[in-house]
Amino acid sequence: MSNLPLLSLLIWVPIVGAVPVLLAGAGRPNAARWLALLVSVAAFVLSLLALPAYDASSAAMQLVENHPWIETLRVNYHLGADGISLALILLTTFTTILVIVGAWEVIQDKVHQYMAAMLVLEGLMIGVFCAMDALLFYVFFEGMLIPMFIIIGVWGGPRRVYATLKFFIYTFLGSIFMLIGLIYLYFKAGTFDLATLAALPLGMREQTWLFFAFLIAFAIKVPMVPVHTWLPDAHVEAPTGGSVVLAAVMLKVGGYGFLRFSLPIVPDASHAYAWVVIALSLIAIVYIGYVALVQEDMKKLIAYSSVAHMGFVTLGTFIAFMLVRDANDVQMARLGMQGAMVQMISHGFVSGAMFTCIGVMYDRLHTRMIKDYGGLVNVMPWFAAFMVLFAMANCGLPGTSGFVGEFKVILASFAASPWIALFAAFTLIIGAGYTLWLVKRVVWGEVANPHVAEMKDINAREAFVLGAFALGVLVLGVWPWPLTHLMDASIGQLVEKLVLTKV
Amino acid sequence: MLSLNDILTLLPELYLTGAVCMLLLIDVFLKQDQRWVTHWLAILVLAVTGWLVVSGQPATPATAFGGMFVRDGVAEVLKVFALLCSGIVLVLSRPYMRDRELHIGEFYTLILFATLGIMLLVSAGSLLMVYLGLELLTLSSYALVALNRDSSLSSEAAIKYFVLGALASGMLLYGMSMIYGATGTLDLGAIRAASATSAHPTLLLFGLVFLIVGIGFKFGAAPFHMWLPDVYQGAPTAVTTFIGSAPKLAAFGMAYRLLDSGMGGLVVHWQEMLAVLAVLSLAIGNIVAIAQKNLKRMLAYSTISHMGYLFLGLANGTPEGYAAAMFYAICYALMATTSFGIILALARAGFEAEEIADLKGLNQRSPWFAGLMALAMFSLAGVPPLFGFFAKVLVLKAAIDAGMLWLAIVAIVAAIVGLYYYLHVVKVMYFDKPEGEPLSAQVDPSLRLVLSANALALLALGLWWGPLLAWCQRAFAA
Repeated sequence: MSNLPLLSLLIWVPIVGAVPVLLAGAGRPNAARWLALLVSVAAFVLSLLALPAYDASSAAMQLVENHPWIETLRVNYHLGADGISLALILLTTFTTILVIVGAWEVIQDKVHQYMAAMLVLEGLMIGVFCAMDALLFYVFFEGMLIPMFIIIGVWGGPRRVYATLKFFIYTFLGSIFMLIGLIYLYFKAGTFDLATLAALPLGMREQTWLFFAFLIAFAIKVPMVPVHTWLPDAHVEAPTGGSVVLAAVMLKVGGYGFLRFSLPIVPDASHAYAWVVIALSLIAIVYIGYVALVQEDMKKLIAYSSVAHMGFVTLGTFIAFMLVRDANDVQMARLGMQGAMVQMISHGFVSGAMFTCIGVMYDRLHTRMIKDYGGLVNVMPWFAAFMVLFAMANCGLPGTSGFVGEFKVILASFAASPWIALFAAFTLIIGAGYTLWLVKRVVWGEVANPHVAEMKDINAREAFVLGAFALGVLVLGVWPWPLTHLMDASIGQLVEKLVLTKV
Repeated sequence: MLSLNDILTLLPELYLTGAVCMLLLIDVFLKQDQRWVTHWLAILVLAVTGWLVVSGQPATPATAFGGMFVRDGVAEVLKVFALLCSGIVLVLSRPYMRDRELHIGEFYTLILFATLGIMLLVSAGSLLMVYLGLELLTLSSYALVALNRDSSLSSEAAIKYFVLGALASGMLLYGMSMIYGATGTLDLGAIRAASATSAHPTLLLFGLVFLIVGIGFKFGAAPFHMWLPDVYQGAPTAVTTFIGSAPKLAAFGMAYRLLDSGMGGLVVHWQEMLAVLAVLSLAIGNIVAIAQKNLKRMLAYSTISHMGYLFLGLANGTPEGYAAAMFYAICYALMATTSFGIILALARAGFEAEEIADLKGLNQRSPWFAGLMALAMFSLAGVPPLFGFFAKVLVLKAAIDAGMLWLAIVAIVAAIVGLYYYLHVVKVMYFDKPEGEPLSAQVDPSLRLVLSANALALLALGLWWGPLLAWCQRAFAA
């Protein structure tokens, strides 16, 4: 079992699996659906197989595969996973199944192309999470844009062309600066290998430049204020499946990038400029929360809420620097980092579920405007139950996954500075404000209009998708131990290395 | 004087010369419906020449005719890919030329003569040889552009090309004469040796400037790019495909021979000049391309910007940088044959698919060709994991290596600008509603096959470009 190149399989099974979907599915949408489901389930099973093969007590990279790729440049096809990667890979394979099931009847046009694009996207995202070579990482990181560009552009809403071009160009802009940084590092180290780059001594000036190169790339991806403007557009125009993948997995690539690049490669600059990231995170949490409050489009509201929630991820990641270096509190730093990671996974479930809910409503009424809904609970009781559950998770109610991550990050920030914790804690109020108000206007109350009265409750397929998300939200909320245990050793090692200066 | 060694070294070129003359004769006796004989014979000739190039490649660089002709690794790589591109062009263009009643023997002989010119040019060991090869290439190209006599656009393009080309050749010759005056020799190696101790450094520098002008013109680099959009648009698409691909390899070969083999001692001077040309090309090419509605014209401006990237590698001035630039030239040639090949495939009798709007909804009319074109566009834009991305990484690396970080940053900003118009083509193909009839299955099977292989190679070489890079680097290591 241990000889299987699991990570390679995880990357290539979906990508290669997309070819038969594309070929056999042309003109036969059902064949495309079933084939795509088969491939995505296979990928999920593979990711489950990786769990027993992984030793969570060790912080070392595991399941490593290292083959020369471009020998003259010493670029390697180097894959490896630690607890953080593995958790994100599981999230990816899990979400992809739900997205494919969720698109079953919703996507009627060019089904085979949609399914194939989703599978390719899945493979590339998994590649990002286990690439141990910077060039390989970059290839996956950028390659991801192509299928997403197509998904938003072909199956999206009326302003899809604007949204998808903005999405592509924005992200490309950020990452290409990182490319220059990586080439610069290549000249210093003679390799793109991440472990070597992490050990490379760098002066403060170099670190500063590199830090900002990385920051642009990942901040756009996360996205952080003020470079978040592509996200609401992309979300609003994307088809439901595209939104779910975008929110649940693609945004995590940014948070993951900070962990793999900014923290280990430029720790001193990251420490010196942690305040920038922390300030931007707080702005995201507070200001974007208020922005979400006034949205009239449900997808936009959830998109802004995503930006606010991802603020916790960046806050938890960079607060660690203040704790480790200024307050010398490794334990708290660990807690903050852990909170950030749990928040990533949790946000994957919650935002994915919220976008699915909006998709369910949109399929029935073909509008995303809050004012067109009202009193759904009367006609769709099952749906209302799910929606309320996810809404609770979105405001971070204890017992749901949303609580765990945010609570840990707030605790850690309190240790660093009560003021930061105060601002971060605002989210509990604002988040509850925009989410509950949304629920109030859409779900509760009298049936708003005759169209709503005709809406049918969710069918078995939709119940399956929402149920799976609900399971994730509740399990993680009540018993986060499996997840924290999986990532604990990796996070511990990451935090310990923050102390080491490279200057 | 003439030794067996000379003949053996020059064998591929000699064979090609003889074969083309034979082909010209054979073609005279063929009827119009037997033209396929010329077609396949021409491809056979190219294949045999390619085989002669590879099989007879000496282990160490060989020279012939008293150093006039050099057969080294660089020449080998460039010749192989130039022959490959010419072959691709021939296959892609047959249906197009047939539909337009331009399917005549001259097309084949002119392309083969142009290819011969490329081969001589990239093997040049003296200024005279450079000029000879270049003129053979460009004179054939002028005639090719004018092939469609009845089209006023074609004729205009040809005249423009000829006048500006002649001017550039004049510049080049003038520069050569100055260099000859300063060093007293035409041999490139001797010029390099003599340039260090030349009594006339100013004269030498002036000569260099004129050489750079000539090179810039042949590349189509800004500000010497004026001919390029008109020629690309005006020439029959089959000819554009040729001009857009193999001659770029020749341009690289010429730049390498003149600048490194000949003027290697003045590297600090031409480095700066190339950097200026690169910045101008990147800016003008990418910005003007955005406004284009004609696909061929857009690709012409895209060429200008790509030559800017190529200069990034060339300006590095080390074997590493030349290898990156050569890699880029090869990559660009293959991308050009794909993207122009799509235009050829979509064209029908009496209809040119050369407006961007003609691609509307291509994904619904023909998902396969839309996919191939998308591959070409993403590769041109430099999105991984396609070939074009890695070529860009290498030239950026070369620029940073040469201490020109600012140039690399200019290049990536240009890449972001460029991204827009490539994405626009993808947008038109995938997101717009189709206009016009679905593509019939009557696309010529050999065209379909070669075009598919060509486009998929962009993906395959993106995933596995190590051997090609190693080959390029080996060529310069010797």
